[in-house]
Amino acid sequence: MDYGFTTSAYVVAAVLFILSLGGLSGQESAKRAVWYGIAGMALAVLATLYGPGAGLWWLSLLLVAGGGILGWIVAQRVQMTEMPQLVAAMHSLVGLAAVFIGYNAHLEAAHVSGLDETARAALTGFGAVLAHKAPVELSILRVELFLGIFIGAVTFTGSVIAYGKLAGKVDGKAKKLPGGHLLNIVAAVLSVVCLFWYFSTGGILPLVLMTLAALFIGYHLIMGIGGADMPVVVSMLNSYSGWAAAAIGFSLSNDLLIVVGALVGSSGAILSYIMCKAMNRSFISVILGGFGNTTGPQMEVTGEQIAIDAEGVAAALNEADSVIIIPGYGMAVAQAQQSVSELTRKLRAKGKNVRFAIHPVAGRLPGHMNVLLAEAKVPYDIVLEMDEINEDFPETDVAIVIGSNDIVNPAAQEDPNSPIAGMPVLECWKAKQVFVSKRGQGTGYSGIENPLFYKDNTRMFYGDAKKSLDSLLPMID
Amino acid sequence: MKIGAPKEIFAGENRVAMTPESALQLKKLGHECYVESGAGQAAGFSDAAYEAAGVTVVKTAAALFKAVDVVAKVRPPTESEAKRLAEGQTLISFFYPAQSKDLLELANKQGATVIAMDMVPRISRAQKMDALSSMANIAGYRAVIEAGNNFGRFFTGQVTAAGKVPPAKVLIIGAGVAGLAAIGTSTSLGAITYAFDVRPEVAEQIESMGAEFVYLDFAEQTQDGAATGGYAAPSSPEFREAQLKKFRELAPEMDIVISTALIPGRDAPVLWTKDMVEAMKPGSVIVDLAAERGGNCELTVKDEKIVTPNGVTIVGYTDFPSRMAAQASTLYSTNIRHMMTDLTPAKDGVVNHNMEDDVIRGATVTHKGEITFPPPPPKIQAIAAAKPKEKAKELTPEERRAQEVAAFKAQTRSQVTLLAVGGALMLLAGLYAPASFMSHFIVFVLSVFVGFQVIWNVSHSLHTPLMAVTNAISSIIILGALMQIGSGSFLVILLAALSVFMAGINIFGGFMVTRRMLAMFQKS
Repeated sequence: MDYGFTTSAYVVAAVLFILSLGGLSGQESAKRAVWYGIAGMALAVLATLYGPGAGLWWLSLLLVAGGGILGWIVAQRVQMTEMPQLVAAMHSLVGLAAVFIGYNAHLEAAHVSGLDETARAALTGFGAVLAHKAPVELSILRVELFLGIFIGAVTFTGSVIAYGKLAGKVDGKAKKLPGGHLLNIVAAVLSVVCLFWYFSTGGILPLVLMTLAALFIGYHLIMGIGGADMPVVVSMLNSYSGWAAAAIGFSLSNDLLIVVGALVGSSGAILSYIMCKAMNRSFISVILGGFGNTTGPQMEVTGEQIAIDAEGVAAALNEADSVIIIPGYGMAVAQAQQSVSELTRKLRAKGKNVRFAIHPVAGRLPGHMNVLLAEAKVPYDIVLEMDEINEDFPETDVAIVIGSNDIVNPAAQEDPNSPIAGMPVLECWKAKQVFVSKRGQGTGYSGIENPLFYKDNTRMFYGDAKKSLDSLLPMID
Repeated sequence: MKIGAPKEIFAGENRVAMTPESALQLKKLGHECYVESGAGQAAGFSDAAYEAAGVTVVKTAAALFKAVDVVAKVRPPTESEAKRLAEGQTLISFFYPAQSKDLLELANKQGATVIAMDMVPRISRAQKMDALSSMANIAGYRAVIEAGNNFGRFFTGQVTAAGKVPPAKVLIIGAGVAGLAAIGTSTSLGAITYAFDVRPEVAEQIESMGAEFVYLDFAEQTQDGAATGGYAAPSSPEFREAQLKKFRELAPEMDIVISTALIPGRDAPVLWTKDMVEAMKPGSVIVDLAAERGGNCELTVKDEKIVTPNGVTIVGYTDFPSRMAAQASTLYSTNIRHMMTDLTPAKDGVVNHNMEDDVIRGATVTHKGEITFPPPPPKIQAIAAAKPKEKAKELTPEERRAQEVAAFKAQTRSQVTLLAVGGALMLLAGLYAPASFMSHFIVFVLSVFVGFQVIWNVSHSLHTPLMAVTNAISSIIILGALMQIGSGSFLVILLAALSVFMAGINIFGGFMVTRRMLAMFQKS
């Protein structure tokens, strides 16, 4: 077998993957970046099939093709609003694959160590790699594949639960079994004990025990995190899937796996960090679930929510020169992005300055709103980040809040006792007029009272976001 | 209860405390209304109009005072009027209790309850009965009209066939209610309007009315209007000097100056000195709304209009609201009517003088034979205290340089520490781990490093595509499965096959979805 060829193909593939991630720095270069990623993947798979250790070509190709067709169909059919679920579901596949491969490595290692010298020399493929390992290397191998299985198992159940929560199949509220984090700690300690056990004996029992513990940790950890923190969870699981791949790469001595795993792992870690920073919460507090403890009673909200009908909103919009739209998860739920886009188109056609303000944690996935608006053909150059647009609110005539709540909550700035105190928010209340499209008078996901709704310049536009906007459209002339 | 409004006896006072319109509303509260014959004449409300609204017209003031339980007036009562008040009777009017102690004691001796409309606390709930504001609004409007009346030119600039007309420049000093009303009137007439106030937080209000805020370059701790219930407080001598210097600069340019600067319970501050008047162009007009308390202009003569030797007209009238009696009476009577609404919460015509109520307590100056002035501070703050603004200090270039150097040093230090710790750990690992592990480990560390460098540049809006792409390429794990699938053991083949299948889904699904997403991003 040609080791040199495989390795050089891996180098090229690794460069392609890095370019693929780097290309995402801009919308235009991103389109090219995907092709880099695809080319890298194709190259890696072919080189591996051609390279050492591979066998059963026909089966491999068949399976890849079969899985590919399935993936293709799912990806074609999925709604853009279902993107968070899809990403979570795919993470679970990577996690499970990591677990299987880890077990395989164990089985192979056990098999190889049972053989005598001549049989070893006759081995090909992965077995041969194992056979050449020194005892120290074998010990390290155990740690590596142990870690790979552990992370993979956590990713698997975690992603399944995240998928369930995002798809609405599991209750989105933060839930813990009695015992809370103590259970997680017990499971983690059990895993560590198993690591030492496995390290010294190499038996399969500690491996299985650890897998069960890890599966439990993944399940319980994600169950304990509320729906509003999902962007962090999804990017965290993304990161885990990368680390699992890297750990497997170590145990299989495959550099490309290590490189890509590390890239994916660090990417997910950075995304989680950005999300946490956007919510002004520490990673630990997100992972441990629930909002942080408040230090005192929340500020009392006085006044009343004043409702307005479509005519009123339309009149204000017809008069306004500048409009900023703040979409949130509610827009995704109501599938209102097409109506929003239509409204934008009409307003822009009249020469009004319409822009979108996107909070970093709007929606359930990093960049969720951008994708939805892009799907609805809203030009991306009028979709701005919080930092870019926050200063412009005082000069804005109308701000429209569609299905977002906490990210426009002035309590974050005004009330030091608020659970979201200090979180950067979109200062839409500084606009001359604010319309809030909202289903009812409830407090929304986090259960925090929003003083914005009671401000003098705020009017509540009750009703389903899509229906409300559709009723508005004919009145914009 | 019977409510009555006598004719105002103060010379030149045209307003009346009850209009036919407000009488109708009062009757809905269950009250009976009385008015002295001719009380509304000067404001344009005839006796017949009152009668048509169901108001009993009484011939004389004496008869009215005898007939009613509540007397509603505009001006503070004269001594003779105060003596007519009987035990248990209520008087609602402007009263200025701080300035008129004798009158206060007299009213108290008569056993009357006095509600001073000028003492209504400045809280949101009481705005509807804030007569000072409603009168100040009229005064501000009228001041501009008076100025225009005495000003020989247009307010607005025009280019006509007969020549070009420059716009008038108007300076409004003090942006209280009157000041803001004057700004609004002046800008809508087309004048270039400037406004000044010692409270910098009103700059926003001034600009919202369309005037330009005159900034004062002064480094003093600025006033916080919230501490004084939204009013201005006296300023330091240094501040005053800076202020006068600014005015001196502006004086020659200004065509019209309207001063409304008052500090509660004090004489009006002199802000427009003699030399400023002299510096103004002939034909300019000064309207001094503070004339009642001595005037903001040094040359103001109370209640009179004078023309200085250099041709500047100074208007010192103190009866601006009364000059618009119909409008003023309508607003004032509405304020009174709102006060009565609060006094008769049950709407059954029975006055319930609830001294626990912040507004009623604040406005009541005598009650049940006791002088209840000054009132305790209201339970609700008038205006939320302005939060101390964090001032971004202007740094000198040296300071900024020093800061940059310090930041750079701190960054270097943390980086070096991290590198040292990381290096030490590496060495430690290198001591124990075999070479084959270390070579993979280097690849790993470098990849993490590259990953961090690359991902920071990813644009925020592309975070979802990034997740999809990383998700797709994380199925690189397929390589592991592909390497194992050739193994002999059935179990291994099965597990590896499953992994290949799942990773296959991921590869195609992930890339496909990313492409779909990216294809949607388009420029306008």
